[in-house]
Amino acid sequence: MKKKFLWRISLIATATILSVLFFLPSTSLVSSLPEWLMKYGITLGLDLQGGVHLVYEVDIDKTVDVTAERIASSLANTFKEKKIEAKSEKQGLDIVISPDNDQVKKTVQEQFPNLSLDKQSEGKVFYRLNSAEVNRIKNFAVDQALETIRNRVDQFGVAEPTIHRQATNEIVIQLPGVKDTKRAIELVGKTALLQFKLLDDEAPIAAQLPGTIPPGGEENLLKQFAGQVPEDDEILFGRMRNQETQIESKTVYLVKKQTLITGDFLTEARVNIDQRYNEPYVSISFDSTGAKLFEQVTANNVKKRLAIILDNNVYSAPAIQERIEGGNAQITGSFGMEEAKDLAIVLRSGSLPAPLKMLQNVTVGPSLGKDSIDAGIKAGLIGAILVIVFMIMYYKLSGVIADFALVLNIVFLIGALSAFRATLTMPGIAGIILAIGMAVDSNVLMFERMRDELRLGKTPRAAIDSGYDKAFWTIFDSHVTTLITAVVLYEFGTGPIKGFAVTLGVGVFINLFTALIGTKTVFDLITSRREVKKLSI
Amino acid sequence: MIELIKNTKIDFMGKRFIALAVSAILTIIGLIAAVQVARGTANLGIDFAGGTAVQIKFNTSVMLHDVRKALEDGGIKDFDLQDLPTENKVLIRIKKSGSNIGELSKGIVSVLSQKYSQGNVVVDSTTEIGPKVGSKLRKDALVAVLVATLGILIYVAFRFQFKFGVGATIATFHDVLAVLGIFFLIGKEINLLLVTALLTIAGYSLTDTVVVFDRIRENLRTKFKKSTSEIVNQSINEVLSRTIVTSFTVFLSSLALFIFGGEVIHDFALAMILGIIVGTYSSIFVASPIVLMLGKDKGFNKK
Repeated sequence: MKKKFLWRISLIATATILSVLFFLPSTSLVSSLPEWLMKYGITLGLDLQGGVHLVYEVDIDKTVDVTAERIASSLANTFKEKKIEAKSEKQGLDIVISPDNDQVKKTVQEQFPNLSLDKQSEGKVFYRLNSAEVNRIKNFAVDQALETIRNRVDQFGVAEPTIHRQATNEIVIQLPGVKDTKRAIELVGKTALLQFKLLDDEAPIAAQLPGTIPPGGEENLLKQFAGQVPEDDEILFGRMRNQETQIESKTVYLVKKQTLITGDFLTEARVNIDQRYNEPYVSISFDSTGAKLFEQVTANNVKKRLAIILDNNVYSAPAIQERIEGGNAQITGSFGMEEAKDLAIVLRSGSLPAPLKMLQNVTVGPSLGKDSIDAGIKAGLIGAILVIVFMIMYYKLSGVIADFALVLNIVFLIGALSAFRATLTMPGIAGIILAIGMAVDSNVLMFERMRDELRLGKTPRAAIDSGYDKAFWTIFDSHVTTLITAVVLYEFGTGPIKGFAVTLGVGVFINLFTALIGTKTVFDLITSRREVKKLSI
Repeated sequence: MIELIKNTKIDFMGKRFIALAVSAILTIIGLIAAVQVARGTANLGIDFAGGTAVQIKFNTSVMLHDVRKALEDGGIKDFDLQDLPTENKVLIRIKKSGSNIGELSKGIVSVLSQKYSQGNVVVDSTTEIGPKVGSKLRKDALVAVLVATLGILIYVAFRFQFKFGVGATIATFHDVLAVLGIFFLIGKEINLLLVTALLTIAGYSLTDTVVVFDRIRENLRTKFKKSTSEIVNQSINEVLSRTIVTSFTVFLSSLALFIFGGEVIHDFALAMILGIIVGTYSSIFVASPIVLMLGKDKGFNKK
């Protein structure tokens, strides 16, 4: 007789021990654990530990546009070099070449075999990037954006970031546990396009522009001077902070549109401290090509001012004193230490190939997450006590057995979640608490069946057996329907909802196990020892 | 043996027309709510409508109208304010923000930081959903509801006879619509978490229906002499205590969640509580009468 229970009891005991073991790494109860165990445990979701969940869209059309623009100007250069009388310009999606003759077409084919002839009319040839090339450019842009963001996040220092691609041109970034969320978002989303352009101090309008304006006045200023700005120039702004008053203002710059050097040639960017003003600045170094370019630009433009521009914000515009060799430069500006550090990070990891557009931002501060956990634990404990007390009052000793199953249920559920290294979210906690209420349902169904059988005059032993048998299918059906819900929620849900689906789904199996094997074993044990005359139910 | 309900002989089926009237009203409200949700005119959450929600925790207590004034002066438009007075928290929501997401939340925080000094303003959470994501989430939620209902329907059809399947499906729809309708009526936000609750309710309410159906099916097999109506009535009376007890235990844990579970999960818990009550009611007053009506004439007493 005893042998019959032995495997069931040892199964329950093993499951309990395993559950506790797997959960241990998530607690601070034991200081040193074997290494194989350390990888288990429950991970807290973003909503519980705080952090950032971002979805960005990479503006891939823009990348294609920029590529076409580059090809058009590159072709114009080639024509000039080869002394071919031809013009090349970009119109919409087309690269338009005129005049239409064989020499021109041959040059285009040699230089850019990926261009396909779109149409010919009025002595012009219209070329377009072929679709394979367009796809390659788009794909490459997203891959590069991913890589750049990974780089930045790594250097920023986030414990377990998740950065992946979604659909064709979306990037999902999860940064759990980040405290300074605002800084993280700015770091990730910055295009970080570094450009060096000359100021145009000779244009007549340059003297009319105000030196500084209060922040927020940019749009008005642009409107005011619209039409007066020379075709090759643009107005850009720089941020200034007065050291004494800490009041911010915007410096107005008239800048030539032509980009002389870009950040593509950077090899290094470091934060240094200016000894005189005790202000941080970022020193940058160019590679050999960049250094040569920089030397050329500085040599040709002595006494002119060179603006250092990041994402269309002018950081500084020092006057060139002399030719600069060696390829080192400094970016100064009114920034604090953290800002300088982040600037160095984005410069080191390179610019994004295309601007990012934020589609979704879910940020949870660390305090809200902690409040949620505390509230969840409190609600869980109170819920469990209410259910446990009710079951004992209503079903007496049998209620105690059901409560035993309930406790097993929760232990197994937490253990299983730990073993799967599942992510626990607030809805997930709600799922566990609901599971407390649902865990005893199967037992209630069986107990009520037993009561039916007892009323019919059956012995306790027979009542228990037929109670279990008859209630089985009802219990099974109800679990399957819950499982269907869980699977659907998992398929269609996002982050926190997935967490709920996991607890709900895992809970179904555990509940079946504890109800059918857990409590049954206890009943069998009690009735096997001696002849039970009366069942406490 | 403690029994809450002893040997009841309530004539449930006799009251089925009153119940059907009540259910019809609940269902109609639910249908109206569903249409409003689809049209985007209901009180949709930020996750469905797109927009910005910022929850700020102040270290000292603040007056809601001061916050409102500060935001208005700071040029923030079309916002909703909601306070959680127990913890000095204020929730600022702006629906259907333009395409420039990311800027709005920054603006809100900087306006409030200026007014209330930086140290006093702690950003609890920020949610910004672009219009594209919002409509995708809305579509996903709809598909999820349909797939789940279909899945449940197929399972019930597989396990029970046709008329039981019809009864269970209608009862499940009834429960989901009723809770959605109540949320719509009391102006609660309809968001992803509510949809999760609704699906959970769909699964759970069926549990309850299955308990009743199992007994009806069993009694139909064993008690030939009685009329169908009597059998249905007797079955419900027999299982009344267990459907109430099973619902009650889940009700208890949902109640604990509702009272102590914190702000994030508050409405979810409310939906579960409503769902449990409606689900228990519908097993008796919606699912069973439908079985009775469909099975009145023939083939019912054979098995």
